[in-house]
Amino acid sequence: MKRTVPLVITFTVGALLIVAYFIPHWPFARLRDDFNTFFDVIAAFAYIVGGGNLIRMHGRRAARQEAGWGYSLVCLAGFLAMLAFGLTKVFWREGAPGWDLQGDLNDSTLLFKRGYDNIFRPCSATFYALLAFFIASASYRAFRARNVEATLLLVTALVILLGRTFVGTLMTGWLPPSLEFLSIPQLSNWIMSVPNQAGNRAIMIGVALGIVSLSLKVILGIDRSHLGEKD
Amino acid sequence: MRQRRPALAALFLLFAVSPAFAEEQPAPPVAPAPVAAPVPPPALPLSVRAFDTPNDGGGSVTIEWSLSPDDAAGRRGVTGYELLRGPSANGPWQSIGVASPGRTRYRDPAATDGHPLWYRVVVLGEAGRRAESVPAGPAVSAPQWFNADRFVVAVVTALLFGAILFYIARGRRGHAPYVRRIAGLDALEEAIGRATEMGRPILYIPGTQEMNDAQTVASMTILAHVARKAATYDTALLVPCKYSLVMATARETVREACLAAGRPDAYREENIYYVSEDQFGYVAGAAGTIVRERPATCIYVGTFFAESLVLAETGHAIGAIQIAGTAQPAQLPFFVAACDYTLIGEELFAASAYLSGEPRLLGSLKGQDAGKLLAMAFIVLGTLAATAASVSGSPALAVLAAGLRDIFLVR
Repeated sequence: MKRTVPLVITFTVGALLIVAYFIPHWPFARLRDDFNTFFDVIAAFAYIVGGGNLIRMHGRRAARQEAGWGYSLVCLAGFLAMLAFGLTKVFWREGAPGWDLQGDLNDSTLLFKRGYDNIFRPCSATFYALLAFFIASASYRAFRARNVEATLLLVTALVILLGRTFVGTLMTGWLPPSLEFLSIPQLSNWIMSVPNQAGNRAIMIGVALGIVSLSLKVILGIDRSHLGEKD
Repeated sequence: MRQRRPALAALFLLFAVSPAFAEEQPAPPVAPAPVAAPVPPPALPLSVRAFDTPNDGGGSVTIEWSLSPDDAAGRRGVTGYELLRGPSANGPWQSIGVASPGRTRYRDPAATDGHPLWYRVVVLGEAGRRAESVPAGPAVSAPQWFNADRFVVAVVTALLFGAILFYIARGRRGHAPYVRRIAGLDALEEAIGRATEMGRPILYIPGTQEMNDAQTVASMTILAHVARKAATYDTALLVPCKYSLVMATARETVREACLAAGRPDAYREENIYYVSEDQFGYVAGAAGTIVRERPATCIYVGTFFAESLVLAETGHAIGAIQIAGTAQPAQLPFFVAACDYTLIGEELFAASAYLSGEPRLLGSLKGQDAGKLLAMAFIVLGTLAATAASVSGSPALAVLAAGLRDIFLVR
């Protein structure tokens, strides 16, 4: 029963949505939107599950003073403070605090908005900025010319990098019009729009077929590995 | 009453400028002011037609007209087209919208199914000049039971489903197809074994999208396999989740996998936890787990965006064996550069069948291959037709090439 019910629901909803894609007549036309709404409603309730899990996990870690409990304390404090600020809409105007339940959450005097703009966003941007260093370290490893394929990758990457900057134009700008197709910016564009695009499309066709196959197997209950059956 | 306004205005103008009318008036005390030459209204479109919008769910009528000759390229005599709707050819008329110059089509989304409607196109000109077309209609909107625009998609879907189900049935009869080795999936066993030997946990990241994403669903099938092996070897499995629903599904998947492995005691609910729905908040949490827990194996399977490299490089920094899989082409180079094994695109969706080794599931991969063969045939034929059309200038070949290309356009 515990496995049959999910299988029946999956089959019914999956089959209906496939059919609805081809039928614009009522009620099929609305099914997709309706099921998306159902999903959003379930996901909204799941926020409570997620928030509850976060409080329980970090609360337990802080209470037991497990390794790294200080981080859990900061996480809990941030979560609860922002939750309280967001619900009560506490503001700080002209040197005095207050609260306005009808206030707009985008009001810059709200502590919720200030916390978001002045603490959360800089932290988020900092983490995103770290990506530049990670790209540098990963590129250093990937572009070492250890064999023919790696050398090809290195040369291609160099052409793309130079072609996307002024250096490429400076290096090959002197070429006559008849040989302009050999200029680094032109080569860079060609690599991106022909071999790269072809590779991307090949992957996308494979992915689309993979999604169709997986969906069909899950809808028909042929693949039940996500339900814990022997894989 | 709207349709009478231009007529009244024209009558007024006629009286105002008519010499005959002027003759009947007493002589003016002062010299008459010079009369400006009348501006003619813009020319009417040559044809107007209204019809039920095809392939829709009803409640809509489409009006099409040919461009007014004054709306031709280089001429600026038309400022727009106003659409009027009426319940009969005699009105009354109600304005339903204005289309910009150059447009020849308008969709009225407020039609009532089963009720005949008439439409007129008013060509708007300079200085408030207007010219109304004759009524077009009646048009009766009605819902359709099949979207003919998606006929080709329906045929291709049916062929694909048929091929997959045929090979699954063939697999059931014991005809297991040959499947090439997928290094990333073969390495799962080794990676889990390594974590067991080192006494360190396995970190599994099921992508950063919700449960309604196909890659997250595929990720759950791989998680089930990893959880079974981890439970068998009694190795801890950490699953930080970006969404609550993914967490709930992952918990259920791991719990069932532990039961299937005969080790229900190996299930640790607290190891599958919610972090944050914010992209970099989640990455910070997951990267923190990698640095603190130092897992021996990191598995990233699902949809990833900019966070892919941050996670993979952090895992590389602690010396973990790393297996990644995604269908996001933009993230694949990052995973290839930073991970030991990468499942590319379709390999992610083939994982469940590949890991099970069951002939019926492996048969589905053969069905996918049939789809690929079909796609390749269309691509080769389309390329040849387009090249031949370009070289020979044959319109028939151009139509053939366009038709083959349209097969891949989903409307």
